[in-house]
Amino acid sequence: MVMFWVTLLAVSILIYVLLDGFDLGVGMLFGVASDEARRHAMMSAVAPVWDGNETWLVVSGVILWGAFPVVYSILMSAFYLPVLLMLAGLILRGVAFEFRYRAERLRWIWSASFAGGSLVAAFTQGLMVGALVQGLPISDGRYVGGEFGWFSPFAVLCGIGLCVGYALLGTCWLVRKCEDEVRDDAYRLIPYLSAALLVFLIVVLVYALADNFRVMTRWLDRPFLFVFPAAGMLAAITLAASIQRRQDALPFLMVVIIFAAAFGTLAISFWPYMVPFSITVEQAAAPHSSLAFMFWGAGLFVFPLMLLYTAISLTVFRGKVVTSAKQ
Amino acid sequence: MDITALLLSRLQFAFTVSFHIIFPSFTIGLAAWLTVLESLHLATGRPTYRLLFEFWLKIFGVAFGFGVVSGIVMAFEFGTNWSELSRMSGPVQGPLLAYETFTAFALEATFFGVLLFGRQRVAPWFYLFSTAMVALGTTLSAFWIMINNSWMQVPVGYVVENGMFVPNDWTKIIFNTVVWARFPHMLFAAYLTGAFCVAATGAWYLLRGTFAAEAKIMLRMGLYLAAVLMPIQLFFGHLNGEYIVRYQPAKMAAIEARWQDEKPASEVLLAWPDVANRRNLFAITLPAPFGSLIDSDSLDAAEVGLESIPENDWPPVLIPFFGFRIMVGCGLLMLALAWTGTYLSRDGRLERNRLVLWATFFSFPLPFIATLTGWFTAEVGRQPWTVYGVLRTADAMTPLLTVRAASISIIVFCAIYTFIFAFGIFYIYRLLRAGPVGHLVLPPAAAIPNRPLSIVHEPVTAAALRVPAGE
Repeated sequence: MVMFWVTLLAVSILIYVLLDGFDLGVGMLFGVASDEARRHAMMSAVAPVWDGNETWLVVSGVILWGAFPVVYSILMSAFYLPVLLMLAGLILRGVAFEFRYRAERLRWIWSASFAGGSLVAAFTQGLMVGALVQGLPISDGRYVGGEFGWFSPFAVLCGIGLCVGYALLGTCWLVRKCEDEVRDDAYRLIPYLSAALLVFLIVVLVYALADNFRVMTRWLDRPFLFVFPAAGMLAAITLAASIQRRQDALPFLMVVIIFAAAFGTLAISFWPYMVPFSITVEQAAAPHSSLAFMFWGAGLFVFPLMLLYTAISLTVFRGKVVTSAKQ
Repeated sequence: MDITALLLSRLQFAFTVSFHIIFPSFTIGLAAWLTVLESLHLATGRPTYRLLFEFWLKIFGVAFGFGVVSGIVMAFEFGTNWSELSRMSGPVQGPLLAYETFTAFALEATFFGVLLFGRQRVAPWFYLFSTAMVALGTTLSAFWIMINNSWMQVPVGYVVENGMFVPNDWTKIIFNTVVWARFPHMLFAAYLTGAFCVAATGAWYLLRGTFAAEAKIMLRMGLYLAAVLMPIQLFFGHLNGEYIVRYQPAKMAAIEARWQDEKPASEVLLAWPDVANRRNLFAITLPAPFGSLIDSDSLDAAEVGLESIPENDWPPVLIPFFGFRIMVGCGLLMLALAWTGTYLSRDGRLERNRLVLWATFFSFPLPFIATLTGWFTAEVGRQPWTVYGVLRTADAMTPLLTVRAASISIIVFCAIYTFIFAFGIFYIYRLLRAGPVGHLVLPPAAAIPNRPLSIVHEPVTAAALRVPAGE
């Protein structure tokens, strides 16, 4: 039962990162787009799906609370200010979709709130993951680190890294969904962003290995785990090739694989810890009566339906965006 | 009163949750109204119903978006400001909220997409089905939330293990009488909110002399529904009183501003409760046994007064006392209006009676005020407990939360909500002002699923433009 819920949690977070990742990334790129036609096309590329994407954040949140209440309680109280910033960013960028179309003179406000909100949300998410990996001050199942206990150069680095990663997902999404100048701009950006992401991943890996030998031994004990980083490398090579050949659909899938590989690497490096290295999955799990109650309804029947809904939503909106300028 | 992190957290939660409840209470009612309109359209084939449907769907879209955005905040606030509560009650409340997210959000998001997007893509019966599913989704969401809140009011079906509330009887948690008095009360409140907003819009158009046919339907259907529901709502309100008397005597004593035990009890209609001196100023009181009759359906029941409860278990008295009276006052006004309007409509005098039309137009805030003050009564009256009788609010808070952090967050939320609320209200006002106009067949390209607010403008995708004949 615990395994079921930890798997479901991991799947939900991964789906969230991949889906909201690309629309947050597009939001950041939106901030540097050079003209209104480009901005319009970029927004149209994510408009149909962003809200459904964000639902997965709530899904992850409630699974965490229901199945691992101790961890939910620790993380939310530890990340008081980052979570606040993330929510503020998500609200501002969410309403920007709607208000930007309404506004005439005030359009710049909503453009700024769309780009800024996306950047803040992406940065704070990376920051929180980084702080979690580095380790939070925990005592007796409670966070004891104060307002800024999560702050560290490493956490900031991870914040920047996730912004780069999301931006890369965003460019690949634009390549997939857009045409002409927007796609060309995106193609030009991909090599820089991929290189930056690669550097970031290597720095993080080296840092993690140098800093913590428990992670190192874990990897040396189970060499088959190298399949994750290997898959990531393979995807990176395919990515480079697909950009050379301008295959619009491929880059996004490759970056998805890179993200999934990085996510898998991260998860396995710390297994079975949920809050490294103080609380394990078993220690964090809610009582059996709670897990079973969720399993026999929500987990077994409704979760597959939700996956189906997401698939339908993405299928309905497959294909290139047609911007209104070309109608 | 000192500014503490506890006070700020309570204010922040009160502000964000009050802001949030405005929108679901509106959309639950509207979703049901849309289902009715679509059924009528299918049954009669009259285009007026379609026109009304498209019109209210736009407004629904905006309000729904606000509900979603402000709801995400709630899902995290339990942990940020009330980490002890979320740690201890997570095994009970977490699964309930998980069920809400899983069963309601997925349903709403998907079928809302069909509503906005699928008019030409799906069969009429399926479109109606989708409308009903959206209504079901909003209702399910309310259902799980009311179970959750009812558990905090009257915790049942659990044991305490390792400092956690461990559920041992989910049937009790879900199917107890408290839930089934409170869930219908909230549901009918939402239906009444929808009814009065629809009726007020109809009255507005009649007063302006526009959209007469649509206005008449809105006015009559709104008032008829309210005329039927309002008495039922008062009955369920009374049932709520019974659980409070049984499980939360301090809340009841505060609502009634009853200081001493009385047998049989009198009933304070209006007063200014003077908490420091434990008495009521300017009181208008019905003599015994009216208090016992109202609170316990009995001529000689004993009712508890605040003085026989330790003062550190008292809720603040003024908010439940006045909150309850404002709620009931709004309810009685709505009842009078609904019955008057229904009576006048028998021989067509309703649409010509400008006094009643103006009264109906100005009635639209009443259900919102009633819902908010009802919740103030329930939640403030539960104090000083978060989980009644077992976890005090002061102990539920995040232990090391600082005044500085709490100040920052409350200021940020107030600023952002005020900002977007101002724009959103302006936006709904513009839609209402424009009225049920426009072409009937919404091209599918003009609507994007999963994007509640997007119905009114038009980012277009290639897939959306391809409208296959066979689908």
